[in-house]
Amino acid sequence: MGEVALLEINGLQTSIDDTEILHGINLKIMPGEIHAVMGRNGSGKSTTANVLMGHPDYEVTGGTIHLDGKDLLEMEAHERARSGIFLSFQYPQAVPGLQVGNFLRRSVAAVRGEEAAKGAEFRSTLKEGMNRLDLDRSFLSRYVNDGFSGGEKKRFEILQMMLLKPRLAILDETDSGLDIDGIRTVAEGIDAAIRGTTSGALIITHYNRILEHVKPDYVHVLINGCIVKSGGPELASELEERGYDWVESDAE
Amino acid sequence: MTDEARSAVGDYKVGWHDPENATIRFDFGLSEQVVRDISALKNEPEWMTEIRVKAFHHFENRPMPTWGNMHLLEEIDFDKVCYYLRSSDATEKNWDDVPEDIRNTFDRLGIPEAEQKWLSGVTAQYESEAVYHSIREDLEEQGVIFLDMDSGLREYEGIVKEYFGSVVPYTDNKFSALNTAVWSGGSFIYVPSGVHVEMPVQAYFRINAKNMGQFERTLIIADEGSSIHYVEGCTAPTYSTDSLHSAVVELIALPGAHIRYSTVQNWSNNVYNLVTKRGVAYDNATIEWVDGNIGSKLTMKYPAVILKGEGAHAEVISVAYSGEGQHQDAGAKIHHLASNTTSKILSKSISKDGGRGSYRGMVTVSPKAENCKVNVVCDALLLDEDSRSDTYPTMEVGNSGARCEHEASVSKVSDDQLFYLMSRGHTEEEALALIVNGFFEPFTRELPMEYAVELNQLMALEMEGSIG
Repeated sequence: MGEVALLEINGLQTSIDDTEILHGINLKIMPGEIHAVMGRNGSGKSTTANVLMGHPDYEVTGGTIHLDGKDLLEMEAHERARSGIFLSFQYPQAVPGLQVGNFLRRSVAAVRGEEAAKGAEFRSTLKEGMNRLDLDRSFLSRYVNDGFSGGEKKRFEILQMMLLKPRLAILDETDSGLDIDGIRTVAEGIDAAIRGTTSGALIITHYNRILEHVKPDYVHVLINGCIVKSGGPELASELEERGYDWVESDAE
Repeated sequence: MTDEARSAVGDYKVGWHDPENATIRFDFGLSEQVVRDISALKNEPEWMTEIRVKAFHHFENRPMPTWGNMHLLEEIDFDKVCYYLRSSDATEKNWDDVPEDIRNTFDRLGIPEAEQKWLSGVTAQYESEAVYHSIREDLEEQGVIFLDMDSGLREYEGIVKEYFGSVVPYTDNKFSALNTAVWSGGSFIYVPSGVHVEMPVQAYFRINAKNMGQFERTLIIADEGSSIHYVEGCTAPTYSTDSLHSAVVELIALPGAHIRYSTVQNWSNNVYNLVTKRGVAYDNATIEWVDGNIGSKLTMKYPAVILKGEGAHAEVISVAYSGEGQHQDAGAKIHHLASNTTSKILSKSISKDGGRGSYRGMVTVSPKAENCKVNVVCDALLLDEDSRSDTYPTMEVGNSGARCEHEASVSKVSDDQLFYLMSRGHTEEEALALIVNGFFEPFTRELPMEYAVELNQLMALEMEGSIG
């Protein structure tokens, strides 16, 4: 027996409103690895992210998902978070009246325990993260995602990731809506949180841009709810140059 | 506990009751004799007895309001209410002297602890009378008067006679008439010119007996350039029969004075809460009502400010939570009688499990009042399809120079919002509580920290078991 996979997805089938979207996905991420899933709009990328996090609107009709050997499908979203899954949302939700600082403290306490939210380590990680992501101190007293610009929302997702220290960070289109500087900042944040740890990341993206900054170990191409091709980082560049059509025809 | 009682109590954590050890208890029902007996028992001056009797006749002849929740109002049986009940023969200055059961109840409610930590003075009313009363010595030395209303009448009859009923006459409405007829307890406060009471003073009202009527009467006078923050809390046991709470509060803010009056109302769901609260603000004075309504069966309460002097300012910030079987009909009334007066109303309501929240507001600007500013915002949050929110705003603006703004919104908690918070490790109930507390945040930030924490905890309890 080898090392236990960080994430192991076997034959995952998923439906929403009785329409099957994922038709049997297989994916294995080992500790320390960064994987990318690429695909066009509507290929099932965001569905994959939401199903891993446990969105109640998606029905899993077949297959298994294990995180560190634990059955994720048995868990509700908050239990998955506490087990180490983190999702950086494509469209983070606003919660008017809930202050960022308060939310961060409570979330760290919920995911990592009360002690983690009290210690000096929390404060220093927060300070360092905000510096790295170029977020002002006044940010802490704003309301969660309320009136945030697109870039602020994405940087706030990364800040949460840094504080929650997940086993597996899923980044759903974190690069969309960001300019070049924003992408670099966010990429550095991902690198800092994952590289050199036993955690892993699953970067879900449309474009190659973010992958030029965060070099993935593996790239998977998702078309119509199936992973049709996997390879190294060079696959991302190839998709950038040649588009998705050739993969599609290869697959057929 | 019977099943009925258990289901009625639910998550209400303060619904216990003590054994009834009344030293004086009136029979159910109201008559002129009951009114006279209350007055005689208190050895009141003749003029007060007369006001009470007049108010009683007005109450008898005055029809029920024809608005609000008429159906629930008609269910009140005035013959099944106890109008006076005394459980302790004295108002003590030391908690150790308060009868043990009663002291334990206030201990469990955390009142003596709060008093030590962050209050300037406390009055604790149990049924009809204050059982404990105390004020910090340094405030007494500065001439601040803080008494229960009965002692106020005895010791400062002149001031009470001048102001009693001057802001809320008994003819104002059926329930102000009822209160004037049978009032007992409440607070009497006078803050001398220029004195700033830094820490809040608190009154806590507890109903213990079944079918109890509590009718406290509060009068606060802030003399020129003074300031005070008054906080009140209230709770009651949960019974299957109804109780009635009908208070009258009168505030007088003389020129340049500042009165803030904060309430966290957490009556059990068998209490009718029909309260008249009104203040008069003279030149450059400010009156603020910070009003949280969490409990009760039916609340009808519209804190009011009469802006009588130039440059006066009024704020009414209120939140209401309506759960199963509850109707919070709350709002605000502001009358701009003088020039350069400003007012702000912020109303937030949450309805859940078929609960009903209503905002009922009235703002008037008199033709003579130049350059007034009015800002009204009311937001409602519905947690499910069965719940209801209504807004009844009225603005009568008689002066074309007034600047009036009104905004209203109704929103629902979305699944995506809940999922986002759950993905950060919060259970569905915790997620809902975070959304609800966030919605109330503009209110809670106005409360003293200890109260804000209490309110958030209350809301978290209300959210428990709310996810099907």
